[in-house]
Amino acid sequence: MIAVRGLSAIYRKELEDHFSSTRFTLVLTVVLMVSLLMSWMTATSVRKELEGFAKPSLVFLVLFTSSGAMFSFAQFVAFFGPLIGLVLGFDAINRERALRTLPKLVSQPVHRDAVINGKFLAGLTTVGVLLTALVAMIAGLGLRVLGVVPGWEEIGRLALYLLVSAIYVGFWLGLAILGSVVFRGMATSALAVLALWIFLAFFVPVVASLAADALAPVPPTPTMEDIPVVLQNEQIKRAVSYVSPMTLYSDATAVLLDPMRKTTRSLVLLGPMERLSLTRFQNPLPLAQSALVAAPHLLLLVAGTFVVFALCYATFMRQEIRA
Amino acid sequence: MAEPVVQTIELTKRYGAQVAVDRLTLEVSEGEVFGFLGPNGAGKTTTILMLLGLSEPSSGTARVCGLDPTRAPVPVKRLVGYLPENVGFYEDMTGYDNLQYVTRLNGVRDRDARPRIEGALETVGLAGERRKRVGAYSKGMRQRLGIAEVLVRQPRVVFLDEPTVGLDPDATQRMLELIRSLSRDQGMTVFLSSHLLDQVQRVSDRVGIMLAGRLVAAGPIDELARRSLGVDQARYTLEEIFMRYFRQEQPAAAPAGR
Ligand SMILES: Nc1ncnc2c1ncn2[C@@H]1O[C@H](COP(=O)(O)OP(=O)(O)OP(=O)(O)O)[C@@H](O)[C@H]1O
Ligand SMILES: [Mg+2]
Repeated sequence: MIAVRGLSAIYRKELEDHFSSTRFTLVLTVVLMVSLLMSWMTATSVRKELEGFAKPSLVFLVLFTSSGAMFSFAQFVAFFGPLIGLVLGFDAINRERALRTLPKLVSQPVHRDAVINGKFLAGLTTVGVLLTALVAMIAGLGLRVLGVVPGWEEIGRLALYLLVSAIYVGFWLGLAILGSVVFRGMATSALAVLALWIFLAFFVPVVASLAADALAPVPPTPTMEDIPVVLQNEQIKRAVSYVSPMTLYSDATAVLLDPMRKTTRSLVLLGPMERLSLTRFQNPLPLAQSALVAAPHLLLLVAGTFVVFALCYATFMRQEIRA
Repeated sequence: MAEPVVQTIELTKRYGAQVAVDRLTLEVSEGEVFGFLGPNGAGKTTTILMLLGLSEPSSGTARVCGLDPTRAPVPVKRLVGYLPENVGFYEDMTGYDNLQYVTRLNGVRDRDARPRIEGALETVGLAGERRKRVGAYSKGMRQRLGIAEVLVRQPRVVFLDEPTVGLDPDATQRMLELIRSLSRDQGMTVFLSSHLLDQVQRVSDRVGIMLAGRLVAAGPIDELARRSLGVDQARYTLEEIFMRYFRQEQPAAAPAGR
């Protein structure tokens, strides 16, 4: 009981710290500006396309997926979500070391993992509030510009999208906290997580193409006989790029936000019958079905988060408390 | 005979080849002030960390209030207070809020914590500074806030690691009186680590002297003086005892590298 209160004490303090911190205000400002700008551009371009349609359906989600502006909101979160996690977590433990509050903190009657958990949960709550505010704001903007009221299904999809996004940013928050456990210097841990982000965002796709081309080279002008090779190439590319949580997240949210998408695989990978059925039955997928399609990706993301946590605990438990 | 509040048997901590604490066996009984003396690097902090369950012993056992701090860290932490050497605070928070965080971590409801916090601030003489950011506290004020953080936990045993470091003579005197009152007025057992002998002498009932990880002497100060110096005079200081041990033990202990 006291241990639970200890956890909630840490959670509460960290939450207060986040919401009163300058860096939270800065992140909020930046993200707010970018997403407002983007969704305004998207909304106006969607409105032009919709002129003439009497009763458009399922356009609401287009606000989040259309890349009418430079990129869509979903892409924006995939790309910059990691940075939010980084900013909220990179100094979680090593700041306590620098302040010399860590020996005191862990000598209180709380389990050592409660320190990690409390900080993680506080960061996750902050992320949740941030994302919800953004989505609500874009939705409000959409309502005004488009004049379309979202249906329950669309609201459900947005809620699921929010949940998945929180998990995704949570993964990065966990990584940042791990960095703060492993590295004594706050700048060092921030840079380490940044390096990992750059690696996963920019290098993994390149490595995936290289690996695919090395293992299943596609001739410059493929003929019908080369179709198996082309498929194989594509498969390898996807398999390798799933190392990156960014790919996992993008694919999962694409299915959740777009009822017309029935698979996370790209069109090239579909069998001929599948492709036929796709075009013959262009009906939107029910929400539950979309969720089912995205489930494996989500499981991988959650599993990744658990691995990061296990590493966090294992390192922190064994560490000398003295600076 | 009551069970000792702090007890170690052959307690040992190795860092690689280096032995920081070497087969330490000692007992501290309820309500006494135990002075844990030794020069820099003697193993005082390492011992305290093991007693708090914050560092795992390489071998030997430790008991605090009858509990094993390695196996049952949280129950032990519920009973102890700890003032680390060079204690730190959340600089942007006020003294009061720092204390409140400690009470919350100890599962005390805010409404029950209030009188505790006010009382502790009163005791250490920081009542007037409670709304000030800790970042703006002087060294002496920070050190007293550290004691207040120990007090609000209402512990049975307190471990104070070099609580007078960096204090001027006046502040040192106040700190020592505060420590003395923990035992006398609040009935707490005090485990006081220091390398400043005359200070420990002023407040301790018993002392233990550590050199290079080993406990070379333990007992009431007058007894130690008689035994080691062979004198039974009214005017002796711990300094003399200490220097005597220091000269005897240090050359043997250091180059042997054990
Ligand atoms: N994490 C560590 N790794 C290696 N050696 C360590 C570690 N922590 C402490 N030591 C060594 O253990 C010995 C005892 O250190 P300890 O801090 O316990 O001494 P101390 O009596 O508290 O000294 P001081 O008066 O300077 O605080 C020292 O020689 C120190 O170098
Ligand atoms: Mg020390």
